[in-house]
Amino acid sequence: MGLGSDMYRQQILDHYKNPRNYGELEDPDFTHVGENPSCGDTIRVDVALDDGGETIDTVRFSGDGCAISMASASMLSERLEGMTIEELHALETDDITEMLGVEISPMRVKCAVLGRQVTQDGAKIHRGELDPDRIEE
Amino acid sequence: MGVQEQYPFDVQAVRADFPILDRLVGGDPTTVGQDDSDDTPLVYLDNAATTHTPEPVVDAIANYYRGYNSNVHRGIHQLSQEASVAYERAHDTVADFIGAAGREEIVFTKNTTEALNLVAYAWGLEELGPGDNVVLSEMEHHASLVTWQQIGKKTGADVRFIEVTEDGTLDMADAAEKIDDDTEMVSVVHVSNTLGTVNPIRELADMAHDRDALIFADAAQSVPTRPVDVTDLDVDFLAFSGHKMCGPTGIGALYGREAILDAMSPYLYGGEMIRRVTYEESTWEDLPWKFEAGTPSIAQGIALAAAIEYMDDLGMERVQAHEELLAEYAYDRLTDLGSVEIYGPPGDERGGLVAFNVDGVHAHDLSSILNDYGVAVRAGDHCTQPLHGKLGIAASARASFYVYNTVEEVDALVDAVSDAYDLFA
Ligand SMILES: Cc1ncc(COP(=O)(O)O)c(C=O)c1O
Repeated sequence: MGLGSDMYRQQILDHYKNPRNYGELEDPDFTHVGENPSCGDTIRVDVALDDGGETIDTVRFSGDGCAISMASASMLSERLEGMTIEELHALETDDITEMLGVEISPMRVKCAVLGRQVTQDGAKIHRGELDPDRIEE
Repeated sequence: MGVQEQYPFDVQAVRADFPILDRLVGGDPTTVGQDDSDDTPLVYLDNAATTHTPEPVVDAIANYYRGYNSNVHRGIHQLSQEASVAYERAHDTVADFIGAAGREEIVFTKNTTEALNLVAYAWGLEELGPGDNVVLSEMEHHASLVTWQQIGKKTGADVRFIEVTEDGTLDMADAAEKIDDDTEMVSVVHVSNTLGTVNPIRELADMAHDRDALIFADAAQSVPTRPVDVTDLDVDFLAFSGHKMCGPTGIGALYGREAILDAMSPYLYGGEMIRRVTYEESTWEDLPWKFEAGTPSIAQGIALAAAIEYMDDLGMERVQAHEELLAEYAYDRLTDLGSVEIYGPPGDERGGLVAFNVDGVHAHDLSSILNDYGVAVRAGDHCTQPLHGKLGIAASARASFYVYNTVEEVDALVDAVSDAYDLFA
């Protein structure tokens, strides 16, 4: 059997069916929506900051997509709380696949990292480091 | 007994012509080609995207490179003459196959997309302007939709879409309204690559011609799967791709009525398409070479003719019967699962493909799981994003069949779909 069966381990299916931190924040410091055009997956992330804007206090995500993108966003949301913005920007693709604990087939990596990308882009836009019109898909 | 008894030809004999069908999958896709990590038989159901290549076509490519590789139309030497003869004759083979008058009506292109762009640029930019309109359908592939949309923006012409009804067919009353005296072009897909709908091209051609408009049939999914005759359809342009009908990538064909092609300016300029060149002026070669600037895809053109001969030997009526047999069988078996929504017309009124979604399973997850079972389907929007939007979905899975597919392969698909549903339930 190939990578696919391994990809849908219990933990992934659990986060997909019961996403953690799902929803929206009343008064977020920043909100960002991003999509993965190849699948049509869309994720919105709301973030409330603490510590003079240096640390992530609360995260909510919402959206529509495949199990890999949704489970990854759910698991990431748990990790992000308490993380500094610097640590957020240091998150790499390998960190995400490690967090998922399964091998992600090459064509699905974009799904796996969507939540991270949306959060990082949102944080950069919030700080004026990224022009929202110039985000690469 | 089984549906297999209704096969219009010996499917096992056909399969023997396609060695790739014997390969195993399931291993690491970053190590390209079969290796020890692959252990699952391939069930290839992504034929609407691209088909496999039978031995005679592979041979045609190898024979060209081994035996008479040379540039065409340029050399007096023997190899160039042989290459030119074979490449030119390939145009005759295509003309015969689709009922065109001759090679002057057949322009080789890279694919269907390039053929659409050729007409959109060479004809559309000249002929269209504010007040004119181009009529498409809501089920166009991006190859036609995006092309005419952008030409519309450049020229000021209005681009309209014939509505798709609930049952996945074209609303012909809407077509009769949208095609009006200001219509210059009707460009419609013959067989939808998403819905499997077979559109009434002849009827649309009559409507277009009544208004002095031209009609372009996107035949990317029809020429490979059924008999298509440009005279019967009465179309002005028609296009298809070699790689969807046992041919190689990099080659497709545009059919155009000779008088129309003759009146059109070239699309690309350069070598091979000129007759006389001075520093100030140039004149053009005869059709179809006027539209084939630069060194063409020679081996691929010759191999396209070999692919057509292969399909012709099977017989396009029988090919269509086989497509319909598998499509109807797949439609019925998937419907019986109860958890599957299929888009488009009923099983007995469609081309050889089925696009669907499974309750609770995203199309990308589904295709990952199917891949585990060795079952290759397409997942995504199949280059019809606006149609998916209209259907209210972001993506779907699509199984599409060809001459080498079997009933057992459809069973493998259905079993895998059922397991995927259980995994997510
Ligand atoms: C209906 C239809 N039109 C156009 C195309 C474009 O074909 P190609 O990518 O070979 O240009 C395709 C297939 O991809 C198709 O299914």
